[in-house]
Amino acid sequence: MNLEFIGIFVLWLFLFGYVMVASIDFGAGFFNAYVTLTGKQHILSKIIQRYLSPVWEVTNVFLVFFFVGIVGFFPRTAYYYGTTLLVPVSIAIILLAIRGSYYAFTTYGGLKHKRYTYMYGLTGLFIPASLSIVLTISEGGFVTNETPGPALNYWDLFTSPLTWSIVVLSLTAVLFISAVFLTWYAHEAKDEHATNLLRRYALIWAGPMILTASGIVVELHAHNPEHYARLMDVWWLFILSVALFIGTVYLLWKRQAYGTAFGLLTGQFFLAFFGYGIAHYPYLLYPYLTIYDSFTNEAMAIALIIAFVAGLGLLLPSLYLLLRLFLFNKEYVQGKRNDHT
Amino acid sequence: MGNEEAVYFSRGLTELTLSFHIIFATIGVGIPLMIMIAQWVGIKKQDEHYILLARRWTRGFVITVAVGVVTGTAIGLQLSLLWPNFMQLAGNVIALPLFMEVFAFFFEAIFLGIYLYTWDRFENQKKHMLLLIPVAAGASFSAVFITIVNSFMNSPRGFDIVNGQLVNINPILAMFNPAMPTKVTHVLATSYMTAAFLLAAIGAYRLVKGSNHVYHKKGLFLTMKMGLLFSIITAILGDFSGKYLAEYQPEKLAAAEWHFETEEGAPLMMYGVLDNGEVKYALTIPFGLSILAHSNPKAEVIGLNEFAEDEIPPLYIHYLFDTMVTIGMLMIGISFVFLLGFWRRWRFVLTKSFLWIVVFGGPLSFLAIEAGWWLAEVGRQPWILRGIMRTSEAATTSGQVDTMLLLFAGLYLILGIGSMVVLTRMFRKNTVEQELADRASDKAGETV
Ligand code: HDD
Ligand code: HEM
Ligand code: HEM
Repeated sequence: MNLEFIGIFVLWLFLFGYVMVASIDFGAGFFNAYVTLTGKQHILSKIIQRYLSPVWEVTNVFLVFFFVGIVGFFPRTAYYYGTTLLVPVSIAIILLAIRGSYYAFTTYGGLKHKRYTYMYGLTGLFIPASLSIVLTISEGGFVTNETPGPALNYWDLFTSPLTWSIVVLSLTAVLFISAVFLTWYAHEAKDEHATNLLRRYALIWAGPMILTASGIVVELHAHNPEHYARLMDVWWLFILSVALFIGTVYLLWKRQAYGTAFGLLTGQFFLAFFGYGIAHYPYLLYPYLTIYDSFTNEAMAIALIIAFVAGLGLLLPSLYLLLRLFLFNKEYVQGKRNDHT
Repeated sequence: MGNEEAVYFSRGLTELTLSFHIIFATIGVGIPLMIMIAQWVGIKKQDEHYILLARRWTRGFVITVAVGVVTGTAIGLQLSLLWPNFMQLAGNVIALPLFMEVFAFFFEAIFLGIYLYTWDRFENQKKHMLLLIPVAAGASFSAVFITIVNSFMNSPRGFDIVNGQLVNINPILAMFNPAMPTKVTHVLATSYMTAAFLLAAIGAYRLVKGSNHVYHKKGLFLTMKMGLLFSIITAILGDFSGKYLAEYQPEKLAAAEWHFETEEGAPLMMYGVLDNGEVKYALTIPFGLSILAHSNPKAEVIGLNEFAEDEIPPLYIHYLFDTMVTIGMLMIGISFVFLLGFWRRWRFVLTKSFLWIVVFGGPLSFLAIEAGWWLAEVGRQPWILRGIMRTSEAATTSGQVDTMLLLFAGLYLILGIGSMVVLTRMFRKNTVEQELADRASDKAGETV
């Protein structure tokens, strides 16, 4: 195993972490807005608030970790992606900023108004959409190397079916992941109404999610045959992933073992995410950047890996404490304790 | 848009984002320490007032953290979006502290979540206070790591350039560059100082507005003590920063002091105006600059005549330096007089007019922070990496920076107004008197 590989593996793992926790967060915001609109907020809002409150800042750090890490391990990505992504990423930052601050303003500052609930819900859909554009661009074909520097071709980007399939996948996945997790959480909280409602949402979004995911494989066949061929080399990962998906849906359908259902779902996304990543290897941006030609020097790579291991030694116990106090604490989950400052 | 414009707007956007972020970052670094001190005093003296101080500060702090987090995320991404060439080069050498900073954030974020939601959860109050240590440490370490990155930009070390290639890279040496000790400590001390004076200003404001509760007096006394301590440390470390500059970045010091010719026994000039290269109306302290630069009134200080025309930073940084130093001295004076008066029971320190001065001390400290950073950053120009890469070579080639500048300006306006509105509402609705009464009745309820 070489250093380049360790670097990209660690980053991909954290990106996966971000995709999961952020999906729960974005979806929760959307469902919260949706039930407010349809007048059912008494069923869901409490559950969602209780889960989100202590963890929202942690979600953001996963993202920061990823983008700081990728510039650290692969400094040349700063050049290509930095130059081309100014507009889409700036839009994502602005949405993230509005979302994060207004979350704090409403939750801690008592700025209660339905307007904010709706805004919060909508940003939860726009952010994954704008961030997922980065994945599309990485497939190549949208960036050209011109005289002052690389540039993004917006017309091609926004008329490509691949772009829109990835956007739709990001939305359906967000809603599916979030609904499955919250079903489990509501069940733990012994809140039957919320569990039923969320279970319904999960089942509704399961179909569109798996359909769009399969659609992308087809799109890739046309857009980037090289990536498609490599995807087919690891076909068994995707088959396993689909099997886990079926398991999740089955458990939800049978109203059994919601915790296991969420575990299966995590496995499903893990396999698909890594299958996709392995097939993308070694490219960071087709055809300009691979993990080898953009890699940092050896001294820095080793220093970063040491820092990473030391950092994990600090983080894992603290994350465990956070989960134990809030996620797995029966009294807190069931709303018997609050203790907020 | 030509690339010159891209450079121009990238500068503008970086200046804007950092100047906004630093307000919340300073609060983020300084306030946890103050909360910790108040809570500790409260537990030790078994005094409900100090505990409530800690509790109310924490509530306000959550709002500022949120804005700090989102603007920090913005600047983190903007470094790559606006300065891709710089990040590509610097990433090879200085990525380590940036990466470590993320772990500090992580640590802080996790424990802040726990701290917020566990008031009253523990029998033993000390346990709850212990949870604040990782929050304060995480915040201070973020400042340490990011300031290390900035000090690297001022005195790049830990690599060689051979035929345009980076070789012999040593990330540890890059971190421990000559600018690092003074910069890191000065930034930390100023954050603590500013946080103390901010909280003092809030307490003083309440007293001015007619509340006569001893709660506010205790808070004011505590924070002014902290303010005096850290402003003295700040001034001492500021002096060391001047000595660092004299040794490693003489052009910055010379520009800040309008010191045009190398000379021995150089005077220190404050204020004044520049008229065709002549300094007029300045307050001159004989031998002052030689003392600031080398602790020796006779020492030689390098002047701007030793540098090429296009390597001299803009001369207006003189006023930034003056602003910072004046405010620093003023705050030492104010807090000293206040404390002396408080001990000696001089009436006038609790009169409205003196309290108003304390109220203005809060915003003034923030002004000093801004002035200090502008001095440090503009004084590094034209370099982004001193002596190695010019700012004009580092910027993006994208054509949409001007639009983004407008968008972000709008964002910061919304965030600024939003946080002000929320913070004032939060404390107006929930007065100290009310809260003390509520807590007393809660306690009575528990024992029945
Ligand atoms: C409350 C804020 C505050 C106050 C009262 C002072 N400073 Fe300061 N100063 C800063 C806030 C600051 C800062 C924001 O923290 C800076 C900007 C960048 C940095 O490294 O620290 C800074 C930079 C800075 C620099 C430039 C360092 C560099 O560019 O590498 C010097 C020479 C001084 N300071 C010196 C002083 C002196 C002699 C002071 C006398 C009282 C003083 N400062 C008070
Ligand atoms: C938070 C406090 C800071 C403030 C208020 C601040 C302020 C500024 C200002 C005013 C400029 C523009 C100078 C000019 O072009 O005339 C600038 C430039 C810049 N600063 Fe800082 N800075 C801060 C900290 C940092 C840190 C910690 C870093 C490094 C990680 C950094 C990186 C940069 C970069 C990349 C530029 C652009 C190049 C340039 O114009 O010099 N800044 N900053
Ligand atoms: C170029 C310079 C800077 C960058 C790239 C940067 C980056 C960031 C990022 C990404 C965050 C959000 C972290 C999260 O998600 O929790 C953040 C927050 C923070 N930053 Fe900055 N930062 C810069 C300058 C500074 C400076 C100069 C200081 C201190 C003097 C500072 C202190 C903090 C603190 C304490 C927080 C935590 C939020 C809070 O408690 O308010 N940052 N910064």
